[in-house]
Amino acid sequence: MAEQTFVNCTGGGPIRVHVEDGKITKVRPLVFDETDAPSWTIDVDGTKYTPYRKACVAPFSLTERSRVYSDERILYPMKRVDFDPDGAPGSTGPGGRNPQNRGKSGYDRISWDEALDLVAGEMKRIRDTYGAEAIMSRASSHHNWGNLGYRSGAWARFFNLIGFTDILDNPDSWEGWHWGATHAYGFYWRLGNPEHYDMLEDALRNTELLISWSNDPDTTHGIYGGTDSAVWRLWLRDKGIKTIFLDPFHNYTAAHVGEKWIAYRPGTTSALAVAIAYVWITEGTYNKEYIARRTYGFDEFKSYVLGESDGVPKTPQWAAEICGIEARTIVALAREWASHRTSLAGGTKGGEGGACRQAYATESARHLVFLQAMQGLGLPGISIWGTANGPPYNHTLEFPGYAQGGFNLIAEKPAINPIKQRLYRLTVPDAVLDGHIEWMGEGFCGNSIEQHFTKFTYPLPGHSEVKMFYRYGGSFLSTMTDTSKWVRMYQSPKLEFVVNQDCWWCNETKFADVILPACTNLERDDISEWASSGGYSLHASGSANHRVIVYQQKCVEPVGESKADYDIFIELADRLGYKDQFTEGNTFEQWIKKMYDWSDMPKYMDYEDFKKKGYFVVPQLENYKPAYALRWFAEGRACDTPDTSNPKRGTDKADELMTDTGLIEFVSQSLMRHTPDDDERAPLPKYIPSWEGHESELFKKYPLQLISPHPRFSFHTHHDTRVPWLSEIPEHRMWINGYNYQVCRIHPEDAEARGIKHGDVVKLYNDRASVLLGAYVTERVRPGVVHSYEGASRYDPLEPGKADSPDRGGCVNLLTPGRMMSKNVPGMAPNSCLVEMCKWEG
Amino acid sequence: MGKVFVIDLSICNGCHTCQFACKDEHCGNDWTPIAKPQPEIGQFWLKLEERVRGTVPKVKVAYRPHLCMHCDDAPCIESCPIPGALYKRDDGLVVIDPVKCTGCRNCPDACPYNVIYFNEDLNIAQKCTGCAHLIDSGWKEPRCVDACPTLCMKFMEEEEAKELIKDAEVWMPEIKDQTKPRVYYLNMPKKFIAGTLYDPAEEEVMIGATATLKSAAGGDPLTTETDSYGDFWFEDLPDGVYSLELQADGKVTTFTDLNTAEADINLGDIPLT
Repeated sequence: MAEQTFVNCTGGGPIRVHVEDGKITKVRPLVFDETDAPSWTIDVDGTKYTPYRKACVAPFSLTERSRVYSDERILYPMKRVDFDPDGAPGSTGPGGRNPQNRGKSGYDRISWDEALDLVAGEMKRIRDTYGAEAIMSRASSHHNWGNLGYRSGAWARFFNLIGFTDILDNPDSWEGWHWGATHAYGFYWRLGNPEHYDMLEDALRNTELLISWSNDPDTTHGIYGGTDSAVWRLWLRDKGIKTIFLDPFHNYTAAHVGEKWIAYRPGTTSALAVAIAYVWITEGTYNKEYIARRTYGFDEFKSYVLGESDGVPKTPQWAAEICGIEARTIVALAREWASHRTSLAGGTKGGEGGACRQAYATESARHLVFLQAMQGLGLPGISIWGTANGPPYNHTLEFPGYAQGGFNLIAEKPAINPIKQRLYRLTVPDAVLDGHIEWMGEGFCGNSIEQHFTKFTYPLPGHSEVKMFYRYGGSFLSTMTDTSKWVRMYQSPKLEFVVNQDCWWCNETKFADVILPACTNLERDDISEWASSGGYSLHASGSANHRVIVYQQKCVEPVGESKADYDIFIELADRLGYKDQFTEGNTFEQWIKKMYDWSDMPKYMDYEDFKKKGYFVVPQLENYKPAYALRWFAEGRACDTPDTSNPKRGTDKADELMTDTGLIEFVSQSLMRHTPDDDERAPLPKYIPSWEGHESELFKKYPLQLISPHPRFSFHTHHDTRVPWLSEIPEHRMWINGYNYQVCRIHPEDAEARGIKHGDVVKLYNDRASVLLGAYVTERVRPGVVHSYEGASRYDPLEPGKADSPDRGGCVNLLTPGRMMSKNVPGMAPNSCLVEMCKWEG
Repeated sequence: MGKVFVIDLSICNGCHTCQFACKDEHCGNDWTPIAKPQPEIGQFWLKLEERVRGTVPKVKVAYRPHLCMHCDDAPCIESCPIPGALYKRDDGLVVIDPVKCTGCRNCPDACPYNVIYFNEDLNIAQKCTGCAHLIDSGWKEPRCVDACPTLCMKFMEEEEAKELIKDAEVWMPEIKDQTKPRVYYLNMPKKFIAGTLYDPAEEEVMIGATATLKSAAGGDPLTTETDSYGDFWFEDLPDGVYSLELQADGKVTTFTDLNTAEADINLGDIPLT
């Protein structure tokens, strides 16, 4: 049969999929043709910058063929061998449910009808017995792509329709910015990340120096933008703009464009930041006019920095001791920063970065905002910008991001979850095991900063505890913290029934009683825009050079007996009596057409043409005029960027930030209102030694600091061992004695002190867990720090099903602390983690 | 004449896209008569190599896509006993015919670049074909080049590349006259000598100090100034023995016998007294 090609999209960009005889043969980056809209050009003093005419997708997006046909695909529905649904909840032995064997026992293949009847039957029983709230569910991010076919589409519609205890996500990639920076400069509707409009052009025109502080956009891709922004950083480099990298790890962007690496100690960001402020204050090299005009509470900060309020001047010498770098380097950095128009990248979205996933990272994120405030945040070339978002951008074509409502945008009747009870992702196991939990603060909460202070109680009065877990896509075992508690939770009799619906065998799949195989988005249709999440990240498709709206064309039939998520949920809805409400009589294709009709696409491209071609490149606006992020604020004008999520935009307060004072607040008035006595997230942020860092008592026992950033070669758990091609990148995994170990980077001095050689199997351990890894001895980490990526797709305890067993799959989050960032901040702090390493002789 | 690969290592960001695209094209896909499937793991028809240079915090990372050099005087062709089983095409690409190959294993040993693998299951030798099957069907470039997001890899007519490759280098230059490779690298890193100068009395870095580097092999000395961090960098140094003089405010410090043959040299923080 002749070769056919299809267009689809991934978490790293749009691809062209070649198919022969019903099998995918190759996956290419989508290349634009001459009928597609022209690309933008930025002209800076006669030098013209224009992107390539192709989608520079994430490297892992080119492994989709391997991932679709992975040995780890779930091929048919399955039931755990020792799970008998007729057994009483918690029953053990023959004829029992045997929850204690979750994670240990194997599975029997069953038919779809049997599986669906069983799952629907259990759902009915549990709903009838305890109420709809007794079922909890959650999807992981990014295992597929599409607005309708998976997470924010089919899954959300089904569960919101039938009612369930939703598990609230924590903003795991930018915790400190969300919980902290919002209280300095607003942007709660962006979960703490600043707007990014036209920052590329601003940098090319105006920026003289880039500070990349815990930022690795060559790895984190502005989240979904693939490698599209890599060329921007080359343009900046070749223009002579140097980048200084502050990171305990010599990261991949540093390796590409880094001019200077300042390898400071994890957990000490705040100390370094306030010492820089000290140099500026004592040398008078900050923008006093801006401070007077656009900020609030500087004098109190100044008093703290100079030591007037606490007797400790935050001198470079003071910080040097804490940060593990020389005082003279801090002075040099401060001076170079202040004497140039400097852009600060605190993470791939402006915020983000491993430094914000640590104890008290609310304080360090605020301190980074303060530093740019002292230099005039928003003035030409002076920004908080991750170098991975903000090319010239036509925002006028409305097309929904995946988190912008999904079916609710187009359904006659939106699905709204009637159940008010909530759980919190990081503490689900604690809640289930203890039967009670309370916390303050909503994670993904872009409606108001007040949501940071919402109090939650589980169980909600009058509500049942959860009895069933419907787990959908991906794994938290290697993305959340202190995760062996998930194993203990799964084996608890309190969970009467566990379902896992996924495309691949994931870390948590083998803890289910029934497994439902879903197909990937290459095996079904969908509709989406590249890199567009919508929701709390408006115009996020500006992490790519072109806006590409995709009709995701089904390329091949589902592998094995796997089914589209939407179809699985129809079957369950049918059995529960919700089918008509779920589908409203639509076929999936009709839903796609409705979303197309909802958007502005009909003005640009005929539906059939769109469906046939598979994509549309949004044209640039004629006579495009940049509206630089936060320039309006710096200049005291009304907001003129397209950030329509900004609640003050278009009002008479449009020149203000969304803080209480409308200014950048050195002393947060929102914290003053809510938690004025909180000394861990005080209205004025301070350097506080980490509760698990080099100044802790535990450091004597566990003298290595583990950092576990987002992975270079995988997207969380979603590629990794699914793709054999990743198994032989020695910077990702190593084959040692026939087993494929995730690598852990360690400095040669630390390795030698422990008798460890490159390529040894090592045990990384602390009181929480032990993980076996391959030692990668390198000068890319500073002494005292070990580095191993979060997101291992394999959990492989030496004793299956035993929570305390050493894992050799590489789930380093078994080691990370479950403790929250601070007492009123339910953010995770995986990079505040002390460990020891030894050679594994097992 | 024919095709050449030109790879600018100063642009490569080590993303491995080239390596994945190669695997995507060849693993599990049968392109006979140009190539039979590459095994899922174990072979690298294109391998992206990462090499870390220097020591904390003076670190640089060098990447290099390593692939068949498509030599004009290919030792592999010479080693092959079967007529037509290992041949050079008119476009310069060197191809192992997967049908004619008898699995004698001569060529993997003959190749000085270690780019020929042996497939035990198929009993044939395998390597990069330059995606000759695609070129023959009208593609302008192989998959690695097609996928590269920074356009650091180019696949060009030798004639067109003439200007570009006149200062280019090849891998293992010591044997280039015997093999005549067709893969050219631009901006291949050499060695560096770097350090940070500071004034111990003031506890500050020394900016604008003069650093002078002399090679034992002679030639004009290289000079540079320390930057805003007190750092000096001499990059792109050939292997050799050097002496260094650091000078500011009438004070001088010297280093001798700096040998870059083994590795890049980070002299660390140097007090100037």
